[in-house]
Amino acid sequence: MTTNTTAHESHLATTTGLDHRKLLMWLFLASECLFFGSLIATFLLYKDASVVGPQPHEILNIPVTSTSTFVLLTSSLAMVLALAAVQRNDVVSARFWIFATAFLGATFLGFQVYEFYEFVIHGLTPKTNVFGASFFTLTGFHGAHVTVGVIWLMSLFFYSFRHGLPAERSLDVELCGLYWHFVDIVWVVIFTVVYLIGSLEPAAT
Amino acid sequence: MAEQELHPAQAHESAHPSPAKYILIATYLTLITIFEVLIYYVDALQDYFLWIFLVLSAVKFYYVAMFYMHLKFDARIFKTLFIFGLVLATFIMAALLLLFSIII
Repeated sequence: MTTNTTAHESHLATTTGLDHRKLLMWLFLASECLFFGSLIATFLLYKDASVVGPQPHEILNIPVTSTSTFVLLTSSLAMVLALAAVQRNDVVSARFWIFATAFLGATFLGFQVYEFYEFVIHGLTPKTNVFGASFFTLTGFHGAHVTVGVIWLMSLFFYSFRHGLPAERSLDVELCGLYWHFVDIVWVVIFTVVYLIGSLEPAAT
Repeated sequence: MAEQELHPAQAHESAHPSPAKYILIATYLTLITIFEVLIYYVDALQDYFLWIFLVLSAVKFYYVAMFYMHLKFDARIFKTLFIFGLVLATFIMAALLLLFSIII
């Protein structure tokens, strides 16, 4: 069943027939794949190369991270419902879902701050060993991306009070949504590679 | 009335899913995450963890990219661009891991 129209029903006066802001966003996201791919590969290189502890399997907390993963996945649902509301000109619902997305994103960041604090308490900092350095770099950059997303969402939220969120401007929300979902799928990979696979004890040699 | 002529880049666009479909996908994603965490605690499956987690992660990635990011419904060029970035990133990761003998 389909209800919403695509964001680009009308013809656009561009050489591609597509909105170039959206094209640029996809190009940016493609480049971000390289950025996070390199960081994830670096983590895999160094996760078991530390001379001193703590080691990944001694410190990574799967139950806490699973909960924060659930929160971030739920925020993606809120984001896509916000876009659907904008496209059917329902500004009140759109505003609610945009705020819910930002709130869930901020909650995820709260989990990350808690996790970093716990690690520091247990003696793991970026300076402790190469696992710490690569872990904090990867998850820290992801957290920075989530922070940018929350700021973007809140700016859309406040913008909606002054100028509304008409369906003709749904691309503004869609671009923010693309960025937000990308941050979400990067976390899906980080959760699997860093937490689930990364926390397994290395095989004895 | 004559049909509006679409630009070739727009030819593959179709309508986005309904909110009900989005909620269904969110349910799938949650169930997969719960399944991953449950499997994590089953020691008997430890030898297969890597592949199980990679496949489940790929399924979640697919659902978010195709349905929430609308790659399944938008112009094909967006999908091409994103897959190009993904493939390039995979090559970079594989090259780094091979270079440092982490795999093979």
